[in-house]
Amino acid sequence: MSGGPIEVVERDFGELALNMGPQHPSTHGVLRLVLHLSGETVIKAIPVIGYLHRGVEKLSEHLAYDQLAPVYERDDYLAPTANSNAYVLAVERLGAIDVPRRAKWLRAFVSEWQRVASHLVWLGTLGLDLGGALGGGTTLYMYCFREREKILDFLEELTGTRYHTNFNLIGGARYDLDKTSAAKSDALAASVEAALPELWAMSGSNPIFQERTRNVGVISKDLAQGVGITGPTLRASGIAYDVRKAAPYDAYGELNFDIVTRTAGDAEARFQVRMDELAVSLKLVKQIVAGLPSGPIFTRKPLKNPKATKLPKGEIYAAVESPRGELGFHIVSDGTAKPYRLKINAPSFKNLQIVPHILPGGLVADVVAILGSLDPVLGDVDR
Amino acid sequence: MPAPEIVAVLTSRFSAASFALGVEVPAASLLAALRALRDVHGYRYYVLGSGAETESSFEVAHAVRNIESNDTLFVKVRVPKDAPEIDSIAFVYAGAEWQEREIWDLFGVSFRAHPDPRRILMPDDYPGHPLRKSFAMDTPWGYRPATPGNPEAGS
Repeated sequence: MSGGPIEVVERDFGELALNMGPQHPSTHGVLRLVLHLSGETVIKAIPVIGYLHRGVEKLSEHLAYDQLAPVYERDDYLAPTANSNAYVLAVERLGAIDVPRRAKWLRAFVSEWQRVASHLVWLGTLGLDLGGALGGGTTLYMYCFREREKILDFLEELTGTRYHTNFNLIGGARYDLDKTSAAKSDALAASVEAALPELWAMSGSNPIFQERTRNVGVISKDLAQGVGITGPTLRASGIAYDVRKAAPYDAYGELNFDIVTRTAGDAEARFQVRMDELAVSLKLVKQIVAGLPSGPIFTRKPLKNPKATKLPKGEIYAAVESPRGELGFHIVSDGTAKPYRLKINAPSFKNLQIVPHILPGGLVADVVAILGSLDPVLGDVDR
Repeated sequence: MPAPEIVAVLTSRFSAASFALGVEVPAASLLAALRALRDVHGYRYYVLGSGAETESSFEVAHAVRNIESNDTLFVKVRVPKDAPEIDSIAFVYAGAEWQEREIWDLFGVSFRAHPDPRRILMPDDYPGHPLRKSFAMDTPWGYRPATPGNPEAGS
């Protein structure tokens, strides 16, 4: 070795196109990203979607109204009930179909439990994405899934299925909550609530976690509105829009809760909004159990022929706040027993659209942190 | 439900017709109407873009929202079937970009001056537009994607 100064040779490799996905674990499903890189910096990001496109909107035009609700539960597979909830709301509003008060409360009950379960999946997988930063990959994931498992067990007791609960019917709910299950729900809410500080300690208060998420993937208010991002992602940019408050459906008009917002608009703000929403949802399920009105849960005449329900001619748009944001159904009816045209306004689709706007300028390592903070579900994106 | 005073303004200024969820404007004034909604009336939030096919024409609907007044408005245009082309609004609302790509993909309505006019859900070389009523539900799955060895496939 000579004693002279070390010569550093800067070489320009130009622009490198890197393909990420569709089988990449950090893309949360079958998202593919084409990243154009200059060294470690992303200069262009092109999302490629459609790998999970199942033609649900086309299928809708060929099934009767009463057959459709379970189909949509397969769209956003982390919060199935929110999908069918939005659909039955649209049909009920267009057809002026009454829903008993108890059924409305029960719908909110199952939706909020699924919101907790869905946010736990998001937090666990975010922990996987940021991996080593959080003390070895799967720790946070396992802690989250331990809590989620209890919720799925409870939903199984209530509805017979752990996941696609098939809970919402046009004009009511399918399953009732008895006293034993109500007590179990309260105990479960208390146990998940007790676990929240632990989850926070493993993620939000970890300095490495903060470093990796703070000022990363900042979405400004104007960009957020123009692109139309929604849900926790929108509220983290300082816009207090929540469908549960803005256009109350189910029991939300009668329930007492606050909208969680942050103003920073970065990945950490989105993380904080979802963490706080976990606590809000747990309060809501306790409130619902305490105030559940008595009465029937379904008042339509029993269906002899599920293909006979007809809606009047017209157009309707109805939305719910799914864990990922505003999930809406735009139905055009021509007066027959099938939708003439049905459009699903999917929150993940809109949230994913922000990706080409916020990735450029950041580092490759930030891509997974940003994607994880957006919480896209590809079944919801591709429909 | 859309705010009646906004619907009235659009009706008089752009000769729009109102329907249950908003207004239907002539294709020529689509861009002007949406610019006015965004810049003058505060409808800055893009909700959704959707297509539909009627017997005589295609319909393209954009929904926009004023978050402060909590009002959602649909703006609909009719696109003739023999020349299905309409102005893109992706430069007014960035969120329309993907929604318009989806309408092009599934209905075959093309958008003038769209920044990225590619398919979005179906494969790039897919023949046909599945949400058209003429696309039968039992269309056989004869499609094979083009590969380097067989660039002619795709139909």
